[in-house]
Amino acid sequence: MTTELFIQYFLAGITYGSIYAIVAIGFNIIYNTTGIINFAQGEFVMFGGMIAISLLQFMPLPLAICLAVCITMLIGAGIEICFIRWLKAPSVLRMIIITIGISILSREVAVHIWGESIRALPYFIGNEITSIPVFGARMSPQVLWVVSASALMFIGLGIFFKTTSVGREMRACASNRKAATLCGINTQNMVTLSFILSAGMGALAGCMMSPITYSQYDMGTGLAIKGFTVAILGGLGSSGGAVAAGLLLGVIEAFSVSVVPLAFQDAIAIAILLIILFLRPQGLFGSKEASALKEF
Amino acid sequence: MKRLLPILPLLVCVIGVQLACSATDTNYYLTQLTMSAYYSLLIIGLCVLMGYAGQISIGHAGFFAIGGYISAALTTRSLVPYKENAIVKFLDLSGLLLSGQTLYGEELLVVSPGFACGVAILTAAIIAVIIGIPVLKLKGHYLAMATLGFGIIIYRVVLAAEYFGEADGISEVPAFPLFAGLSVSGNFGERVANYYIAWGVLIIGLILLLNLIDSRVGRGLRGIHGSEEAADAMGVNTARFKLQTFVLSAVFAAIAGVLLTHYNGGIGPSEAGVMKSVRYVAIVAVGGMAHLWGALLMSIVLNFLSLRGVFGSYDDAVFGLILIIIMLFAPNGILSIGFRHRLAQIFTRKSKQTDGEA
Repeated sequence: MTTELFIQYFLAGITYGSIYAIVAIGFNIIYNTTGIINFAQGEFVMFGGMIAISLLQFMPLPLAICLAVCITMLIGAGIEICFIRWLKAPSVLRMIIITIGISILSREVAVHIWGESIRALPYFIGNEITSIPVFGARMSPQVLWVVSASALMFIGLGIFFKTTSVGREMRACASNRKAATLCGINTQNMVTLSFILSAGMGALAGCMMSPITYSQYDMGTGLAIKGFTVAILGGLGSSGGAVAAGLLLGVIEAFSVSVVPLAFQDAIAIAILLIILFLRPQGLFGSKEASALKEF
Repeated sequence: MKRLLPILPLLVCVIGVQLACSATDTNYYLTQLTMSAYYSLLIIGLCVLMGYAGQISIGHAGFFAIGGYISAALTTRSLVPYKENAIVKFLDLSGLLLSGQTLYGEELLVVSPGFACGVAILTAAIIAVIIGIPVLKLKGHYLAMATLGFGIIIYRVVLAAEYFGEADGISEVPAFPLFAGLSVSGNFGERVANYYIAWGVLIIGLILLLNLIDSRVGRGLRGIHGSEEAADAMGVNTARFKLQTFVLSAVFAAIAGVLLTHYNGGIGPSEAGVMKSVRYVAIVAVGGMAHLWGALLMSIVLNFLSLRGVFGSYDDAVFGLILIIIMLFAPNGILSIGFRHRLAQIFTRKSKQTDGEA
């Protein structure tokens, strides 16, 4: 493999990897506050991209993206209020099935609104063939958008959780829900907020990636599986781990194309997921003691 | 024997429906009922796994597809190019291969359906053991994701492998001769016979499972569902019981896959799709997780309606909605005592209010 090819694969890996990382962080936010894995996480990404594409007919691109993110946040809040909020201590099996139901319903709504056609936002700068040379390889400027947006979201989220009062309340809710309630934190609102945050992040990622990977009504499941793989790989609940694991999975996938047929690319990510689940369910960076205390 | 008593009314229903359909010249309903019966075979297997052992599987369409695809591939893919291969020769001598001529006079050499069926079921069982040993150590979300991942891998493999016909699937699967001139096939002439074959297989499976859940194993499984640690402490071999149930349900799924593929004369990648697995979980949930009869009833009704195309393009949406509504309002299924109690409460409260107004 030549150096140029190596860098080319590496860049592709970083692009996809940062998207996976964002989806995984979305999983983590909801998991931390509720202990639920939201199987409908991928659908937020789909909604973000699809809504932005529809809005683009009426308004300029930046406004369409902002509005799409806001609408998806509302959808996230709506889902939490309608389906999750009023359940008292539901069993894990019940929550899994409910979020799977939500994911199917979202997909069916999307297919009836937008149809089965594949759509895409235009490139933010330039077009399909604009490229920046990087050490002999070529990179689309959109890749910079994806990577920088992901990095900004990751840093912004870190600052939000560390410094703001709401962020600290959410963390309190994550580490011990009962104690947080006793301290006067409205944990139910924190859960709604976590759905809103995670929906917004998913939607923004959906808009950024749409020019490169396209948007389709059924893109959610695949993304959710990969996002979950990354979340587990990095240790469920850890954002830093998710970023590292996301980039790792993206790069592995990109290089796997040179070895196995493209059709099996998804199977590789899932095979990694299965191996990790069997061998190290606490994740590459998670601690065994901590994961033993969590409820699945 | 008490547990088997409801089989009798079921038999009466099965025969009654057939007579009614034949009398009113609506035999085409029997086709969908036959297919529903095969899907139900998978459902009751999954019901024991989910409801009694408490282990969710969102990958059972994978086992269905393993059964269907292997049987279909072996009975249609010609072995003529490998005629000199020692294994093929050995199989031919053992009488496990069928030779003949195609319509165009070409030489044909394929595996006989009976042997193919055996291979398919055995493969499904072996894969279930290999997957089951590590997967069943997982719980909750991890178990759900791992089985979902397994299902997607199977889907990707059948979609990408040329041997399995890629996106087209495998068609022109021959009939599966059973005995005394009976065969599993989609011929119009054999529609009534096939209806009884399907229901016969389903009822045998049902009796098997009813006996199982009422046995020592069944009580052990319910113990696992309640609390795995407690069951372990009471001396239930939880790992083995879970694995056995997993393999059993996989075998049920594979048998359903084999027979339905021969009945339909083909199989496509959609049978392995995630949506199918979710649909099976939905049906088990609606029937009441630990309620074999409820799952059977719901499976026949919902599969029949879905196959008749009643839901139109909202087919998947209907199943998604059912899943959410049932899990929100009646997590133990609509036949559960708790839900009936609550319904009764609602109605009596209403009638009391109207009494008060009057």
